[in-house]
Amino acid sequence: MRETAADAGPAAGEEPAQAAGRRAGAASGAGHERIAAAFAAAPGRAALMPYLMAGFPTREGARAIGRAYAEQGADLVELGLPFSDPLADGPVIHEAGTRALANGTTVADALALCEELAARMPVVVMGYLNLVLARGAEAFAATLVEAGASGLIVPDLPLEESDEVLGACDAAGLALVGLVAPTSSPERLRAIVQRARGFVYAVSVVGITGERTALAAHVGPLLERVKGCSPVPVALGFGISTPEQATAAAAAGAEGVIVASRLMREAGQAEDPGAAVGALVAGFRAALR
Amino acid sequence: MTVEAGVAHRFGPYGGQYVPETLMPALGELEAAWVAVGEDPGFQAELALLLRDYAGRPTPLYLAERLSEAAGREVWLKREDLMHTGSHKLNNALGQALLGRRMGKERIIAETGAGQHGVATATACALLGLECVVYMGEEDTRRQRPNVERMRLLGAEVRPVTVGARTLKEAVSEAIRDWVANVADTHYVIGSAVGPAPYPAMVRDLQRVIGDEARAQLLERAGALPDRVIACVGGGSNSIGTFTAFVGDPGVRLIGVEGAGEGLDGGRHGAPLTAGGRAGILHGSLSAVMQDDEGQITDAHSISAGLDYPGSGPEHAWLRDSGRAVYCAVHDDDAVAAFRRVTVLEGIVPALETAHALHHALAPDPGSSTRDLVCLSGRGDKDLAEVLARDA
Ligand SMILES: Cc1ncc(COP(=O)(O)O)c(C=O)c1O
Repeated sequence: MRETAADAGPAAGEEPAQAAGRRAGAASGAGHERIAAAFAAAPGRAALMPYLMAGFPTREGARAIGRAYAEQGADLVELGLPFSDPLADGPVIHEAGTRALANGTTVADALALCEELAARMPVVVMGYLNLVLARGAEAFAATLVEAGASGLIVPDLPLEESDEVLGACDAAGLALVGLVAPTSSPERLRAIVQRARGFVYAVSVVGITGERTALAAHVGPLLERVKGCSPVPVALGFGISTPEQATAAAAAGAEGVIVASRLMREAGQAEDPGAAVGALVAGFRAALR
Repeated sequence: MTVEAGVAHRFGPYGGQYVPETLMPALGELEAAWVAVGEDPGFQAELALLLRDYAGRPTPLYLAERLSEAAGREVWLKREDLMHTGSHKLNNALGQALLGRRMGKERIIAETGAGQHGVATATACALLGLECVVYMGEEDTRRQRPNVERMRLLGAEVRPVTVGARTLKEAVSEAIRDWVANVADTHYVIGSAVGPAPYPAMVRDLQRVIGDEARAQLLERAGALPDRVIACVGGGSNSIGTFTAFVGDPGVRLIGVEGAGEGLDGGRHGAPLTAGGRAGILHGSLSAVMQDDEGQITDAHSISAGLDYPGSGPEHAWLRDSGRAVYCAVHDDDAVAAFRRVTVLEGIVPALETAHALHHALAPDPGSSTRDLVCLSGRGDKDLAEVLARDA
């Protein structure tokens, strides 16, 4: 059974007015709704959701990248928490996380960035499960909501293991985004989609994050399968690295497009990460109009 | 001997399947295949024959008289070092490679720390004509150079892993990433009783032959059970393989020995079970792990590459919590001393991993054991350079 938001109560230490506001928000699934609104309001053919890693290439650099995303018209933003052992990530994101940890980035730093970003667009946090469990699922979800986050993606949390985290997220009003893969059977896919909040994250490749030269042929059928049973929009991610691929993703039926490795590769190399990554995002934005 | 098909997903609160969605169908397929071969006499007969004629099972149980004299009690050594390829790792690698072939996978991947699991897997793949890729931390390719050369001779591709601390943890992560990308035609032969279900139970069941044999051998030779069963714990495969036969014998104390590295206090160790603390997720399961307050996994350290791992098998975490087994840790220096001592006393060069268990067996026992069974998990040829360099 899902806990209802009304049972959750205000977070400890909050001012009463704020807490009351949150509680009202939680009861209506505030995160879920803000995400839904962003998808609905996306000006182009699909919502654009660029990724950034907290603290990469530096804390200041990450803030500049976040500002550039907002200025270039990102509809939502995915904020990665650096983790020591990111099993679902390829070399670029892995390296970004390693560098963020090396420069001392903590979850608290990421939350501060989240707050800044959330003032301008909905933030979906991407964090590995051990970071969630270290604080406890309930406390983690509450802290994220306090920092303005709307959603949470946990790449190493499959359906079978997700009860506790889903309950905590629902209680806090944070949308736990479900992931489907090209390998998901029809039954699994339906079960995942039924429990998805906010949107469904369709993994476009059989593999880890990283740039690819073209969209795989199975993407169209995968999106179709998800849309056939999903009450929430579906966004495609993993491997989308050019504006042309973004256009193709939208044409294949994606309602959102997530771009990560291509942007983080640029962020790791550029002298002015904000400007360089912003220019790339402008290209993706144009491609989705 | 029939291998039991275990499919437990949880050991108390530990275990589970914390992997990307892409792998979940493959874990289901693996579990179904493992259950199917458990009831397949043809598969069981093929594995049993290979274990006997190819690998050299049953391995001897040896009453080490000079060690016994030094320890002041009987010390019985289960001689996994005499298995083909020189360690217990082949029990698991042969079974899993056969299973992979049965599942129609043409490509096998593995991780390795000390190189023993890599060599065992490369050997099984040579035998069965399967393609083999082994991930190994760059630091370990240096420490265990002879094993890198053996794997290459056997036809395996060794891929050095250059991220992080460049040891076993990173090698496992890279193997999992490879598996995510190539899951259709690849079986991942994990090398210890770790990882997402069904791996911990499957590896245990493939390794429990160690304890099953030893228990029967000891009953026949000594007419009694041991007071203590002692094994080293990296991920925990030789230990769980030895313990399992004795779990139902309440009078037998089960002792797992981890690598204390430079000491538990400074964090430079490989002893998550001994150190305790909050459980965590590493490589697909919930178990005892080394981590900081934020949940970042910390780097392990041990002189022995096979114990240089910040995680542990989930069944061990449960055996610890339930009080059925106890865990302790032995320092680098003590392991090296035991390595030398056992070599001159018995003319057996143990693996540095095993030397940790041997140090514990030689130390005074407050519980006054009169008979110990120690799993001699592997031989130490691979470690000569490391030990000699340390003494220089
Ligand atoms: C000889 C030997 N013993 C023990 C180990 C530790 O692994 P496990 O705890 O899985 O037995 C290794 C690992 O490489 C090994 O080579």
